[in-house]
Amino acid sequence: MPRFIDKDTRVLVQGITGSQGAFHTRLMKEYGTNVVAGTVPGRGGQTVEGVPVYDTVVEAKESHAVDASIVFVPAPYALDAALEGVEAGLDPVVVITEGVPVRDSIELMAMARLSGTTVVGPNSPGLIKAGECKMGIMPVQVFERGGVGVISRSGTLFYEVAAHITRVGLGQSTCVGLGGDPVVGLDFVDVLRWFEEDPETEAVALIGEIGGDAEERAAAFIGDDGFTKPVAAYIAGRAAVPGKRMGHAGAIIQGASGSAESKMNALRDAGVAVGELPGQVAEALKRLL
Amino acid sequence: MVESLEALTLKLLEYQAKEYFRKHGIPTPQGRRVNTPGEAREYTEALGKPVVIKAQLPVGGRGKAGGVKFADTPGEAAAAAEELLGMKIKGLTVEKLYVEEKLSIVNEIYLGVTVDRRSKAYVVLASGEGGMDIEEVAAEKPDRIVRHIVDPLRGLRSYHARVLAKRLGYGGRKMLQLAATVESLYTVALEMDAELTEINPLAEVEDGFMAADARLNVDNNALFRHGELEERLLESYRGELTEREIEARSQDLTYVELDGDIGVIGNGAGLTMATLDTVMLHGGSAANFLDLGGGATPERIREAAEFVLRDERTKALLVNVLGGITRCDNIAEGVVEARREVAAEKPVVVRMMGTKEEEGRRILKEAGIETLDSMEEAAELAVRLAEAS
Repeated sequence: MPRFIDKDTRVLVQGITGSQGAFHTRLMKEYGTNVVAGTVPGRGGQTVEGVPVYDTVVEAKESHAVDASIVFVPAPYALDAALEGVEAGLDPVVVITEGVPVRDSIELMAMARLSGTTVVGPNSPGLIKAGECKMGIMPVQVFERGGVGVISRSGTLFYEVAAHITRVGLGQSTCVGLGGDPVVGLDFVDVLRWFEEDPETEAVALIGEIGGDAEERAAAFIGDDGFTKPVAAYIAGRAAVPGKRMGHAGAIIQGASGSAESKMNALRDAGVAVGELPGQVAEALKRLL
Repeated sequence: MVESLEALTLKLLEYQAKEYFRKHGIPTPQGRRVNTPGEAREYTEALGKPVVIKAQLPVGGRGKAGGVKFADTPGEAAAAAEELLGMKIKGLTVEKLYVEEKLSIVNEIYLGVTVDRRSKAYVVLASGEGGMDIEEVAAEKPDRIVRHIVDPLRGLRSYHARVLAKRLGYGGRKMLQLAATVESLYTVALEMDAELTEINPLAEVEDGFMAADARLNVDNNALFRHGELEERLLESYRGELTEREIEARSQDLTYVELDGDIGVIGNGAGLTMATLDTVMLHGGSAANFLDLGGGATPERIREAAEFVLRDERTKALLVNVLGGITRCDNIAEGVVEARREVAAEKPVVVRMMGTKEEEGRRILKEAGIETLDSMEEAAELAVRLAEAS
């Protein structure tokens, strides 16, 4: 069972002095996230947004009680940073960094598995528990506390759907951006398992896209009664051309597998309400709840 | 399966891939790259045996398209080269050839290493059905594929490779030779950050195995570790991208050309795809997909908007951005600047939400550009404006 986050989670920001790290440290703090320390090798002793910076995670842990880490470190150094967080016992380790080589992600996930650490991402917008804690880069105004758990492979599409959920008056419990890379720490099924147990989640919005078979596996899991709460879904990429890469590494249709239609059909067969437009996910959930 | 990891890879040509194969001890036939029929003749003469002459292109299926020819004499080799050079295969002109000794093949094997998303690990694939497209084998004879998922912490050990070779039916010396090639190919995959590396076919010859063909697709995200490959990137793209797409790549834009008339810029692959879908549902069609990615600067956004506005097919521009790591004020500045640069009368519709939204809206308003609240409304308006112009 992955551990997620709440208002008590004490957060370390790795790569805190970079422009994205500093910018989002401020926004996370404004949201109420308990950011206790940051790290950047060679920058120990500085402060960013009032947060003390250390050279190493070990030092940060000596001076503060820390639970979880969010990584903004540039791609060539992201594996090292994330492993430093994993080895220090931080959980979850949320990797925002885009462009991490697949070989590095494979190594990271294998090491995390050894210690039972939950890694979110890479190339993830992060996670948010609405109204309590944000470990990520999502715009907060689209979130309102409520009962819908959100799982998404895409970042910005996840904000889009969250905004609709808020607009129809439902709000969110915990939202997880899985990340758009071919190899990421969590997939839909991992988070569905968690949502099944989470008393604050009454229903789930699942946002997928073309490429891979994670949505099909989620459909199989839901269809086999692994998940008993209502689910609504949107899959991006119906207008995509087979064989053409749509942006990030994850999104490509090859042959018949991985297409939006195949995913939508699999989800419908599992009893999921599948929207044609992102906004229809919220409307479907409103009807289901 | 060998599914979707074709995405964002640098595809090396056969002769380039073979350089790396040889470096790691994978047996390859004697061969040389040639540029002219004269060079093909000379090399064939020097070899003193029958040869195969192969077009070097970053696309598959060249054999079926006539890009591979056999020659018994230097004269025939020159004639074959003459025929191949300048030939069009899948829209590409053949400019480079590779001449190799012809093998006496006993059997053809497929060997490949790729990434398995589900197990988050490399997987070695092997099959006795070499020469065939592995996806066809997977569809038609799935039991003919042998798979070994490599535990990332344990690595691929020699005994794993031997088990694999045995499962393909080999024993004795040949089993050891095949196992050594499996290990070497895995080393190439790791060292080169391959998302896919294949030998298809791996030719079984009388006294061992030879890589008759070679494929090595390198993860673009790992190019910072392989500086020597950067210059080969454009050549690799030639095979799969349109001219406009290559131009976009040279500006580092994540751009896909489509055949409609509405220019679409979004941030994040998912949202940008959803924008295309929404345009389609409103009866319009997009001229392109352009994903700004995360944290785009005003300069970057200006370049992207300029690129799309300069496309003569674009009748309207639809920008759909949700600011997380991307700031709405940056988006607004970039779009306004691009419009000024291009001096286009083309209508621009912006939908944005999130970080620094108010400032962004103010900047756009001052420039006379309308900002809409929802993606559906914005898509609908863009479709209407494109139809009207």
